[in-house]
Amino acid sequence: MKVGNFGLRPLERVTMTQANGEVQAAITQAPQSAWTRGMRPIRALSDGLKAGSRTMEVDLRLAGMIVALVAIWIGFGWASGGLFLTPRNFYDVSVQSVPVAIMATGMVLIIVSRNIDLSVGSVMGLTAYVAAMTQRIWLTEDLHLAYGGFEIWIIAILAAVAVGALIGVIQGGLTAYIGIPSFVVTLAGLLIWRGVIFKIQQGQTIAPMDETFAIFGGNLPQGSLGLWPTWIVGILLCAGIVYALIASRRKRREYGFPVRPQWAMAILIVGGCAVVLGAIWAYNSYPLPLLLTRQYAVAHGLNPDGLVISVGLAAPVLLLLGIGLVMGFLTTRRPFGRYVFAIGGNPDAANLAGINTKRTILGTFVLMGVLCALAGCIQASRLDAGVTSTGTGYELLVIAAAVLGGTSFSGGIGTIQGAVLGAVLMQSLKSGMVTIGLDSPMQDVAVGCVLVFAVGLDTIVHRRAK
Amino acid sequence: MSIAPNPDLVAAPAAVEPPLVEMRDICVAFGGVHAVQDVTVDLRAGEVVGLVGGNGAGKTTLIRTLSGARPGDSGQIFLSGRPVSIPDPRTAKALGIETIYQNLALAENVDASANFYLGRELKSRLGSLDDTAMESATRKVLGRLNPNFKNFKTPVVSLSGGQRQSIAIGRAIHFNARILIMDEPTAALGPAETVQVREVIKQLKSEGIGIFLISHDIHDVFDLADRISVMLHGKLVGTVNKSDVTTDEVLAMIIMGKMPGEVTQKELAQLHS
Repeated sequence: MKVGNFGLRPLERVTMTQANGEVQAAITQAPQSAWTRGMRPIRALSDGLKAGSRTMEVDLRLAGMIVALVAIWIGFGWASGGLFLTPRNFYDVSVQSVPVAIMATGMVLIIVSRNIDLSVGSVMGLTAYVAAMTQRIWLTEDLHLAYGGFEIWIIAILAAVAVGALIGVIQGGLTAYIGIPSFVVTLAGLLIWRGVIFKIQQGQTIAPMDETFAIFGGNLPQGSLGLWPTWIVGILLCAGIVYALIASRRKRREYGFPVRPQWAMAILIVGGCAVVLGAIWAYNSYPLPLLLTRQYAVAHGLNPDGLVISVGLAAPVLLLLGIGLVMGFLTTRRPFGRYVFAIGGNPDAANLAGINTKRTILGTFVLMGVLCALAGCIQASRLDAGVTSTGTGYELLVIAAAVLGGTSFSGGIGTIQGAVLGAVLMQSLKSGMVTIGLDSPMQDVAVGCVLVFAVGLDTIVHRRAK
Repeated sequence: MSIAPNPDLVAAPAAVEPPLVEMRDICVAFGGVHAVQDVTVDLRAGEVVGLVGGNGAGKTTLIRTLSGARPGDSGQIFLSGRPVSIPDPRTAKALGIETIYQNLALAENVDASANFYLGRELKSRLGSLDDTAMESATRKVLGRLNPNFKNFKTPVVSLSGGQRQSIAIGRAIHFNARILIMDEPTAALGPAETVQVREVIKQLKSEGIGIFLISHDIHDVFDLADRISVMLHGKLVGTVNKSDVTTDEVLAMIIMGKMPGEVTQKELAQLHS
């Protein structure tokens, strides 16, 4: 409610006139331009949506992104004559989104605290190469451990994560404690870490990957969960949604705070579970391709005729879900996340409040390094090789995903869910344009336009809100 | 063997407690500029010391050495007679020194309770933030300070000056401060809210908290302070008991840097011309 509008409706104004020494006031309609009149339904819609999202306590931006995502899928599905809207494409797009999405969750915290990390593509490349080197050369050729041993893939991932964390310590330390701008530090990182890759093994391609390690890439047949585990994941997610909504409502009620109306709870629970179960159904209705089904049948002594095996949820997508939950928890439920946002909102205030701002900034960079390493492992596993070019240009995709997801460069604003959705949205756009036959340069033009359009829309909506 | 008492012991009678805060010979320089030069002030429990002076007199800089925001270049700080070093705001808070800064020092993008508990969040058993408990406590404290405060879920940036001030004051007094520094606490407030803040100051004083009050408003200071320390050009002009001086005499200290004894009637009259 606005105080001080004296009961005037929108577009009404008070006109004061002086006649015979008396002041007279009258309420008149403000003149409207064609633009204002044309914008009226749009404004009414936007105001209505805002009021609705407030009552339901839903992030309007996030809801908008989900709507945009659905529109993209339906639009490209129609434009490609159904080619885009298949379980197989759903699987592929989701797997292809994972590396960028994982890194974008870390980039959110970096940008929120008013920094930037331009080195993520190179760090991803270096850690992917280290993971490949560890399993193909260092452990096996140099230390003579057996190929395919269970320790191989674990040590490979740990080595990559350790390198990522170390790079985070170096870059975060230089930024937070020495005070070199993160743009400069990570620009140098972009060059340095890419250069280091070529120095490790003269830039050779390292392949193939360990069999267990290869699960993380989501390549078929080994990279997915199959029918029943996928349903179980879906049911657990639904239970999580229901529990989280009800528990927070009960706690707020205990303290006597206002809570969402029941219809809003119902919409959120039904809507959330429908999205989850819909995705699970899509994964499970993707049958294993014929050739792979035959191989499976032969290996297990089954009759391949009429055998249908559900692919199910991709392993990297499950990993992304886990990382998303952990990052979401860190960001919104732990002091660390709160400090990151406070620093982004007002660095001086955060320092005066007694927050160790330097250590917090260092923490964001270490986290970023670890996430780059996990993305690197997934990428190496997906390519089934360590290549020098892994992650080239990814820094821009990651930053774009975070920004598309609502992260603000002025600091202090951004969400993990938004960044993940941003990554999926970009990948959907790119894949969709491939299926309707747009060439690669046009794809880049389109993605760039969408980025500016989305952020522009956001800026206009926010300006109106103030 | 002589039975004469040790003179040191006689000179320090046990009945006199050391002051809550004693800042001795504090110096702060920015580059070549001496913002604070050899300033010595003290503060006792249950006392309000007004710190006054014109713009650039060094009041805020002096006080920032106590709050840990900008440690002094030389000089010593004693708390209840114990020498302490305060290198950062965290240390100051651990020592029971809370500060309300002139610009309020709020994180604009988060809500009232996040600001209220910034740096000392309540956590649940599992180590996650207990937002509901924090919001509840914030509602209680702010409800007392400012009954009109309702917007607990909106970012601080969209709150009014008075509401923001309530948050800054609320969080300074909620965590059992022994020493409170208030830098222009009523600068952004309307008349009703100013009265509220004065009541809070009197209440805190009666609870035995020592308060440094920085203000441009000489009447505010005269109303609330027990003693007044005046600064000019980074130096301490002097500290006087409020009951011994008139507002004109304090004005003369602020403007001319002259103590009540040194200033002539003619000069006092000129203050009003």
